[in-house]
Amino acid sequence: MLSIPCPWCGPRDETEYSYGGEAHIVRPEDPQALSDREWADYLFMRANTKGAHRERWVHSHGCRRWFNVERNTATNEIIAVYKMGESPPGDGTGGDGAP
Amino acid sequence: MTQRQRLAKGGRIDRTRLLSFTFDGRSYKGYAGDTLASALMANGVSVLGRSFKYHRPRGLFGAGAEEPNAIVQLEEGPDTIPNLRATQVELYDGLMASSVNAWPGLDWDIGEINSLFSRVLPAGFYYKTFMWPASFWMKYEEVIRRAAGLGRCPEHPDPDTYDKMHAHCDVLVVGGGPAGLMAALTAGKAGARVILADEQTEFGGALLDRRNAIDGKPAADWVAAAVAELEAMEDVRLLPRTHAAGYYEHNFLTLLERKTDHLHPVARRRTPGPRQRLWKVRAAQVVLATGAIERPLVFADNDRPGVMLASAAQTYVNRYGVKPGSRAVVFTNNDSAYAAAMDLHDGGVDIAAVVDLRENPGGALVTEARGKGITVLDGRAVVATEGRKRVQAVDVAPLSADGRVAEGAHRRFECDLVLVSGGWNPAVHLFSHAGGKLSFEPDRAQFLPGTTPLPCRAAGSASGDIQLAQCLANGQKAGEVAAAANGFRRRGRLPGIPQCDDVAEGPMRHVWQVPGRKPAAQLKQFVDLQHDVTAADVHLAAREGYESVEHLKRYTTLGMGTDQGKTANINGLAIMAETLGRDIPGVGTTTFRPPYTPVTLGAMAGRDVGALADPVRRTPMHHWHETAGALFEDVGQWKRPWYYPKQGESMQDAVDRECLATRNAIGVLDATTLGKIDIQGPDAAELLNRVYTNAWSKLAVGRCRYGLMLGEDGMVMDDGVTTCLGENHYLMTTTTGNAARVMGWLEEWLQTEWPDLKVYLNSVSEYWATIAIAGPFARELLAELTDDIDVANEAFPFMSLRSGTVAGIPARVFRISFTGEVSFEINVPSTYGLAMWNAVMMAGEKYGITPFGTETMHVLRAEKGYIIVGQDTDGTITPGDLGMDWIVSKKKPDFIGKRSLSRQDTARSDRKQLVGLLTENPSEVLPEGGQIVAIVKDSPPMDMIGHVTSSYYSANLGRSIALALVKGGHDRLGKSVYVPLEGRTVKAKVSKTVFFDPEGERLNG
Amino acid sequence: MKYSIFSLVRNALGYHEGWPRAWRSPDPKPEYDVVIVGGGGHGLATAYYLAKEHGITNVAVLEKGWLGGGNTGRNTTIIRSNYLWDESAHLYEHSLKLYEGLSQDINYNIMLSQRGVLNLAHNLHDLRELSRRVNAIRLNGIDSEILDTAQVKAMVPILNASQQSRYPVLGASLQKRGGVARHDAVAWGLARAADARGVDIIQQCEVTGIVRDGGKVTGVETTRGLIRAGKVGIVTAGHTSVLAAMAGIRLPIESHPLQALVSEPIKPVLHTVVMSNAVHAYVSQSDRGELVMGAGIDGYNGYSQRGSIPVIEHMLASIVELFPIFSRLRMMRQWGGIVDTCPDASPIISKTPVDGLYINGGWGTGGFKATPGSGWVFAHTIAQDRPHALNAAFNLDRFTSGALVDEHGAAAVAH
Repeated sequence: MLSIPCPWCGPRDETEYSYGGEAHIVRPEDPQALSDREWADYLFMRANTKGAHRERWVHSHGCRRWFNVERNTATNEIIAVYKMGESPPGDGTGGDGAP
Repeated sequence: MTQRQRLAKGGRIDRTRLLSFTFDGRSYKGYAGDTLASALMANGVSVLGRSFKYHRPRGLFGAGAEEPNAIVQLEEGPDTIPNLRATQVELYDGLMASSVNAWPGLDWDIGEINSLFSRVLPAGFYYKTFMWPASFWMKYEEVIRRAAGLGRCPEHPDPDTYDKMHAHCDVLVVGGGPAGLMAALTAGKAGARVILADEQTEFGGALLDRRNAIDGKPAADWVAAAVAELEAMEDVRLLPRTHAAGYYEHNFLTLLERKTDHLHPVARRRTPGPRQRLWKVRAAQVVLATGAIERPLVFADNDRPGVMLASAAQTYVNRYGVKPGSRAVVFTNNDSAYAAAMDLHDGGVDIAAVVDLRENPGGALVTEARGKGITVLDGRAVVATEGRKRVQAVDVAPLSADGRVAEGAHRRFECDLVLVSGGWNPAVHLFSHAGGKLSFEPDRAQFLPGTTPLPCRAAGSASGDIQLAQCLANGQKAGEVAAAANGFRRRGRLPGIPQCDDVAEGPMRHVWQVPGRKPAAQLKQFVDLQHDVTAADVHLAAREGYESVEHLKRYTTLGMGTDQGKTANINGLAIMAETLGRDIPGVGTTTFRPPYTPVTLGAMAGRDVGALADPVRRTPMHHWHETAGALFEDVGQWKRPWYYPKQGESMQDAVDRECLATRNAIGVLDATTLGKIDIQGPDAAELLNRVYTNAWSKLAVGRCRYGLMLGEDGMVMDDGVTTCLGENHYLMTTTTGNAARVMGWLEEWLQTEWPDLKVYLNSVSEYWATIAIAGPFARELLAELTDDIDVANEAFPFMSLRSGTVAGIPARVFRISFTGEVSFEINVPSTYGLAMWNAVMMAGEKYGITPFGTETMHVLRAEKGYIIVGQDTDGTITPGDLGMDWIVSKKKPDFIGKRSLSRQDTARSDRKQLVGLLTENPSEVLPEGGQIVAIVKDSPPMDMIGHVTSSYYSANLGRSIALALVKGGHDRLGKSVYVPLEGRTVKAKVSKTVFFDPEGERLNG
Repeated sequence: MKYSIFSLVRNALGYHEGWPRAWRSPDPKPEYDVVIVGGGGHGLATAYYLAKEHGITNVAVLEKGWLGGGNTGRNTTIIRSNYLWDESAHLYEHSLKLYEGLSQDINYNIMLSQRGVLNLAHNLHDLRELSRRVNAIRLNGIDSEILDTAQVKAMVPILNASQQSRYPVLGASLQKRGGVARHDAVAWGLARAADARGVDIIQQCEVTGIVRDGGKVTGVETTRGLIRAGKVGIVTAGHTSVLAAMAGIRLPIESHPLQALVSEPIKPVLHTVVMSNAVHAYVSQSDRGELVMGAGIDGYNGYSQRGSIPVIEHMLASIVELFPIFSRLRMMRQWGGIVDTCPDASPIISKTPVDGLYINGGWGTGGFKATPGSGWVFAHTIAQDRPHALNAAFNLDRFTSGALVDEHGAAAVAH
């Protein structure tokens, strides 16, 4: 069972949270201007990265707040946690940009 | 029967407490402190089980979790438990156990006939046969199934309870042997919160089994002192009888504590608390001091009762005061078995010889054994054993230098006991569960804990330490490092490691498959005793290409038994490696999967069974409904009144009555379960604009509007009425089952995509009780109950809200309708729900007020063609499909789901569309879920064009009605379709969806 | 050597020292007509049917680990074809029919045991959906029937059918032809049969890159060097996105952990497969006597082949509630796999924007039952460079057009 550090409440068991999928997929400004293919990319296509993955979680049985997590999907190591609207730390390769 | 194998003294048993027990119906005696295994051994019982495949007689092989043979069924009736290892069952007075997998009995087991056919039953034989005739496999399988399985499932519900405990600690130490005790002591003294868990009844681990001295005194004294010291520490929790089952991500472990398993069922019943408790521990640091398990040797007919691990025999003598036999041959490739030989020798067992695979073994223990007059035959091997229900003799021959041949002068030794030792396997199971990488140490052929990203370290023999002093030192170090990682620094110097009586051990000799008197293919050299996997089976797997360790296990079933191959895996791997000419890591590493030893399903379920399986939600009026005889329907977690049958009424009678009463007089529905979300903030209307398909900017205070919510894929997700309560203040209602989902949906958009919107949401579903009155007398009834709300049609128009006092209770009254009648939904704070309901019922009596349930609600709304999301939609339906384009704003530039509606397939005009269906025979009610075809064929397959979503008999219309989703349905009005059912086909005509009061005149009364 | 009781007896005389390898262990050739990436059941079936149905035998199956070591060897072995939508029903039924003759076809006993699959209904909504499903399945010419509570109880007497239960059993659907098969045998049997037709099965060979020349695939980079091929099929359940990304293709797939476990073996008590979608649990009893149980997927993306314990706890609570007599039995082994899930819970068996590159994946939790059917249609798609009618609907374009085959949409929650 994962232990996820909520930016507001601190580390809590995974069962207090709900998963919200890949992070930083921004809803298009003007969906009507998109082609069907571009819209489908927003709607369905996902990186599904094996390794460092930026994703959204919500502390549904706690503060009910959404936030971002960078997690290694192969090892479940949690690399970083940051609030909505914040930029992800590091370069996505794990560990704050350090090699 | 007497305990004829019991030694006159010694052991950690309480000879003052004589216990009676039965095995396979025969009565025996044992002592407190015995396991079922040691007690049976004391009584001279040799055969405890039959093997899985060949049903060969089997006796005790181990003394703990590694036991492959002695699998028993404990107790009978509701208390029975199958497949326990006799070596782990604590003896209690009145214990009743029986053997498994033997019929009619252990002595004479008809399944042993399999042994005769063993030659045609090699590994995987079933993959190669039973294919003809094709239809016969199920018949063969029936026989195979009956033969397989071990114990019997209980036939009654479990009389015991289980619970769970969550715990956090700085250091979790698994295993209470020398290293674990030392680690716990060190971490505890440093101030860390420590949990120490051990699977056995008492702490001490291997020290209980052997005759070590620490600081010149018996090791047990040191153990007692250590435990006493730990018990005195406030932040140390000791969990005996608790095995660590699984080690999971982020240092989370499950432990299973057996709280009352050591009690007789009657005593257990009188003991408060659960039978077992599942601990769920999040540990900052973990120390694995799980010890090591002795490895057997693989040689011909090495499965006869009386053949056992040297360490197990040592345990029986030292810990339980039992002689495992009278005359033993010890067969080893390392020094540790000599200690066992000497302990047995001292216990009065005649050691016929130690047969050592090594030439000139020179360790100190060997010398000591020789000094005791024990014969050591070096460079030799046991090449055969004799005896059926007990080993009677072994045959010993010289071993060639390459270990492949054992020829020359054979010597026969009569014996009733063969102790085997092939070295030791560190118990790295938990380390491996958590993804730790194992490293291989070739000299002792051990997989050792290697690297792990987790804050975890192994100590003691689990990490490969051999010497006791080493175990203590590494335990101390592990405890210190684990405590320090939590910020607990020791004060002063570490105490020194006590003096131990270690002696140096000589090197081992690995002969993975000891040669016999015949070629290996003609021998039974067992690798996995429980599953009857032989070395020849491993060769066969290699020959046929099942080379990887996983193929080997799966093809031969090696290591797949209830012992999960604790004594078998490494030998199997090594024989495979040898066969393929590779080194052991080249074949692979066994993947250890949780749990270390089995975990009771009931303990995993805990309290979440029976009434607590899932929360039940009831409305404040629930008791009233029960008293009124309502039947209930489960909707999500809610219990909703389904219908209220009167004496002698069928369901249809009751629903007809409720429907007619509502249309002709007045009906009342408990609508409390609808989801309610309070929405406030300057951007509240903007939020509604974005999540609903229609426009919300101009909704006046006190007015209500119906809305349809789509997913971003354009499919209908939810619907409901939202009311403007005041400036920047709205109340949204959702369907009962979707309340939480919609709340989450809105929050997600607000927090993740639109943080600029100033809107605040609060779920108020349970704050309000909702009582819906509907029917021609609804207005009169409401007028009677309120003084401060003008209920006149013009003063209180349809789709509006009035706040006031109803029956003396502050209330919000919504004039909305799901039935097509004049209807008011009276909302009062939940605590007033029942009072309001009673007031409504009392005042309504003269109008013939009739409570109705969800079924009548469904019929009445279907008469009006109102949809139910989730019933008339299924996640693949757009507003257009429902004929509800009128609610989709053409003016709004965007809303959730809008873009998807114009996709190529979603914009098709011949999609499945909601229509009405009228059966040709008006009394025939179509089944919901019936599939619709345009052209009927004599038999399937037929092209389906849709299905019936809602279908009822309408008493008001005097006929059946149905709603259906039909391909291109909007163009099929008036056309006939068919619903083919089992044995008949129903013809129906496509109609509009509104069957009753199409002009909506009744809404205003 | 043909497997039969006769060859078994004949080999017994020679103490089984005469059995040949079930499949060769060849070194990879520099070039093949078709390279199949992934040596699980679906990949091996694809290779087998390429050879058998299309005469294409210059084929390599590349497996990074050992055959059948992914989801093929980790699933709960349930086979059924009781799907709602026509497209799914036809595909899975084709697969079930192939399964019904597979042991004889590949001369390897896959132990197909058609002991029936029950899907329980616990509330009125479940019942409605069950009726819809059974009617649809029947009209697609597939066996399916509805049982009431008494019939369910008669079939599975150990089920808690009390109406006071938290999850009362209101009825069930039954597909009698559904059941279980031995998962490893499916992989091994297909491997042996494909090998016999000339297919090279290469284990311990991980694909590290997809080589393209413009818009066309020309081969794969592997840990054992470059292998050229005119056509490449990706059949790597659990890693479909990872492989597709090597060719620059984004997929609508998310990979999740899926867990399963077995109890210790007991004498037969459960003679059919029982599934309950409402409580996310399913259970059957294997020929060895173990109860084989599965859960719903873990909520988050993950490639760890390990899941979280609460999912198992929840599933076991449901199982014990449904089968109170299982409470004292014990969990012997638990494990996890990685399932690739699509938004509509249907697979992708499709051509791709890259010429000569084909993808078969996204089977979610239900790939095992589709193994031979999936290989059969994928072989057709690769051989003919166009989908078969059976998999035409399962193309990648559906996510753009909106023509989804939404198998879980039908499980929406009611009022």
